[in-house]
Amino acid sequence: MSNEHSPQEGAVANEESGGVVATRDDEQSLPARFSNPGLAPHVHRLGDSDEKAARRSERQVAGLFTLSMIATVLFIVAYFTIGEKTSVTLPISGKVGALHAALGVTLAVSLLGIGLGAIHWAKTLMSDTEVVEERHVQRSDDEARDGAVKVVMDGVESSQFKRRPLIKYTLGGALGLFALPLGLQLVGGLGPAKDVADDLKTTLWDSEVPVLGPDGKPEMKDGKPVTRPRRLMRDPEGTAIRLSDVTLGSVFHVLPEGINDTADPLNQKVKASVILISLEEDKIKSARERNWGLNGVVAFSKICTHVGCPVGLYEQTTHHLLCPCHQSTFDLTEDCKVVFGPAKRPLPQLEIKVDDAGYLYAPHGFEEPVGPSFWERDR
Amino acid sequence: MSDTTTARSTADALRADDKKEAPAGNGGPVGAVANWVDERTGAAKGVRFLLKKVFPDHWSFMFGEMAMYSLVVLLITGTFLTFWFVPSMGETTYNGSYVPLQGVQMSEAFASTVKISMDVKGGLLIRQIHHWSALIFLVSIALHMFRVFFTGAFRKPRELNWIIGLLLAMLSMVEGFIGYSLPDDLLSGTGIRAMQGFILSIPVVGTYISYFLFGGGFPGHDIIPRFFTIHVLLLPAVLVGLFTAHILLVMVHKHTQYPGPGRTNKNVVGFPLMPVYAAKAGGFFFVVFGITTLIAGLVTINPIWAYGPYEPTMVTAGSQPDWYMGFADGALRLLPGFLEFTVLGFTFSFNIMIGAILMIPILWTIMGAYPFVEAWVTGDKNEHHILDRPRNQPTRTGLGMAAITFYGILFAACGNDIMAIKFNMSINDITRAFQIGLIIMPPIVFWVTKRLCLSLQRADREMVLHGRESGRIVRTGRGKFFEAHQNLDDFQRWPLVAYDAHAPIELPSATDENGVRRKGARKDRMRARLSHYYFKDRIEPVTPAELEAAHHDGQAHEAIESHPDEAEQGLMHGGAEEIGEAHAYGHPGEHADAGKN
Repeated sequence: MSNEHSPQEGAVANEESGGVVATRDDEQSLPARFSNPGLAPHVHRLGDSDEKAARRSERQVAGLFTLSMIATVLFIVAYFTIGEKTSVTLPISGKVGALHAALGVTLAVSLLGIGLGAIHWAKTLMSDTEVVEERHVQRSDDEARDGAVKVVMDGVESSQFKRRPLIKYTLGGALGLFALPLGLQLVGGLGPAKDVADDLKTTLWDSEVPVLGPDGKPEMKDGKPVTRPRRLMRDPEGTAIRLSDVTLGSVFHVLPEGINDTADPLNQKVKASVILISLEEDKIKSARERNWGLNGVVAFSKICTHVGCPVGLYEQTTHHLLCPCHQSTFDLTEDCKVVFGPAKRPLPQLEIKVDDAGYLYAPHGFEEPVGPSFWERDR
Repeated sequence: MSDTTTARSTADALRADDKKEAPAGNGGPVGAVANWVDERTGAAKGVRFLLKKVFPDHWSFMFGEMAMYSLVVLLITGTFLTFWFVPSMGETTYNGSYVPLQGVQMSEAFASTVKISMDVKGGLLIRQIHHWSALIFLVSIALHMFRVFFTGAFRKPRELNWIIGLLLAMLSMVEGFIGYSLPDDLLSGTGIRAMQGFILSIPVVGTYISYFLFGGGFPGHDIIPRFFTIHVLLLPAVLVGLFTAHILLVMVHKHTQYPGPGRTNKNVVGFPLMPVYAAKAGGFFFVVFGITTLIAGLVTINPIWAYGPYEPTMVTAGSQPDWYMGFADGALRLLPGFLEFTVLGFTFSFNIMIGAILMIPILWTIMGAYPFVEAWVTGDKNEHHILDRPRNQPTRTGLGMAAITFYGILFAACGNDIMAIKFNMSINDITRAFQIGLIIMPPIVFWVTKRLCLSLQRADREMVLHGRESGRIVRTGRGKFFEAHQNLDDFQRWPLVAYDAHAPIELPSATDENGVRRKGARKDRMRARLSHYYFKDRIEPVTPAELEAAHHDGQAHEAIESHPDEAEQGLMHGGAEEIGEAHAYGHPGEHADAGKN
């Protein structure tokens, strides 16, 4: 080893100036890189020579396997004895179902006993002498490669693939096209391909509800049912709202009247959900917003223009609406324009009026599509 | 062959045979069955090949194993769940045992998930193991990817397996997201709603994809049954198929190993599958399953009964997806709204598209291309089976850490609302800080990591040249104190000097011998520039000559100083006494082994 000098040698090299020159000569004969010293000498474990230690390991492994069996039995016992309604309070995790926790812990111990036992067995009793396996380059040798090429070329040749271009091209065409029917069936059957954008652009507020006569049946005029615009209804109670109910600072979650009579109430809610808020009228900066509201009571789409979460958080002091999904923030006093966050467009406003019975209603739907942007939204 | 004797052996005699290398023959009922099978399948050759396979030992190799075992746990528990789960969006009224939800309208999917959690004995445990296991699956995939990247295990011949692994990682994320959506609870429904918003942002076909996927408007009645088929049939089949290819390639390539004495590019040093790895790896499956079960039994995750059924008009504050989707959600929180604009009446929503649609494919393409870019830069066409220590590839390690920083900031941004509440800070400030950090932090981290790697390499050189500081203070007869250094032995030194430091490739002349511009000169220039960027700062490993010189130079230096005390210090430094001690301590592996006993 190059670093093994006795102190005597070192002392000699130090005292004699020739020592340094001798070192230089040494360097020239040294290899450019260190060479791999080979496997380090194997160090035996205590258990390899001491039968007592080996027996101790054996007992530990057997103990872990036994623990696993005990836990398995306890799992079965717990399954049949602990009531489903019982709960226990554990440190850190708090109140949990007793049955659930007991099953979890016993199953875990049953599994861990096997796992830890096996690993302990491998580490203490199985041979820990390292084994060397040779590697070979991945590349096939030339003979195998030539053989493979030959098989392919012979196949091409004997099938006359190259000599019969008609077969070549028609086969290519047929293979290229055969998946189309399957793809067409799948895609064609998945969903509607017509009026997709129209569906995104309309909400339930665009349509009206039939007026019911005293007998509870729709009133008819000239053979057609009489309709009126939809009222604003509380969500989820489904009751109509009077202007006087909307006290300053209050927030109402609103759905259009008759939403539960539609074919797919959830599909309608996704688009027609509205938030109704009462502000001090002089706080409202936009004339349109003030005109479409009533004495400072305004209604906006509750569907975020980013990716469509309900804009559920209202901060009364700043008059900001915050979407809890990606924190887009809308200013209620200025047409609900975006003041922060990833959304681009303001929440669309819904014009509200009071009908003869004193209830709030929407004379027409939103003037622009609600919810997330899409390719055709401005067409 | 001692067929007859073995067949007649008593139990004790059988045990006495245990240590023999030779197979015990066709003896016993097991032998008879094995013989029957082998005569019909020739399986013995494959079994011999498989059981003799050698796997090297290292803790970092267990991440991939963890992913594999989590996948098995997912398949087992997932199969259990299908026996009770009803993949339907049909409306029903809950009348099970969970009082707060009684009388509530909900989908059958949600009702059956509540039933699994409340009324099926042990059902909640299986559900919780399934969910926790999915999270652990993706954690271990990420850690496994880090290990493979930072050690350069993606190099030839393993580029293909790196790409298969990337596909597995991406599909696992999709699989996780879809599975998480199946219960149709409020939180996951909000996730699907956001996903529909993402799809709508795709130019030209976004609306159609959304209407095809949902069978009409959102949410419709089709999405849960369709997700169910994708989650339990389509993606598991693809995942298991890709996983099989992944593990077969590991068999073909044989496992990589860290540099160490006796480890070369032409061998693999470790322990055979039978019996050591069968016990270690088999045991580790039970450990992974056991720990997952323990967590599932004690820590509640996704309590859907508390969220309630999906209702499009409702949302909870603090809506975070499962962790692996966090980075994409974080990107959506950071992208500014001005990226949405209208051209010729068509709407481009880049504020959504970049984070939700483009980011994952772009990141995965970069990761997939990386092995080929690095091979091009280094010009290295050799097979590599010895792993790099991350410090020995400062630029790669720096790039990896910069990428992790980028990812980490996106991930942290997904919790901006939680941070704002917990730390009582402004959400706007937090978001702004993340936006700035996303741009400036990766280059800073790259630089710091690269410098750290170079420093660690210098420390390695220092260690090789001057040995370990023994902490033993020696006082000379003249009253001078110094610390004795303990030189490394051959086995300790080898891992520190066994690497190759790539030098930047030289730029070939831009013109040929006739002075005409060569084809591809621009490409060469770019390659040379990249190579320079990669390798201009490098620390060469210590050579035997340098080591020799270090010992002699020290002494020569002190001789020139002419101070007798310092000459003495040179003498003592690395003197014979220390050599003796180094041998007494042995190499580091010995300490580790001794500790295990």
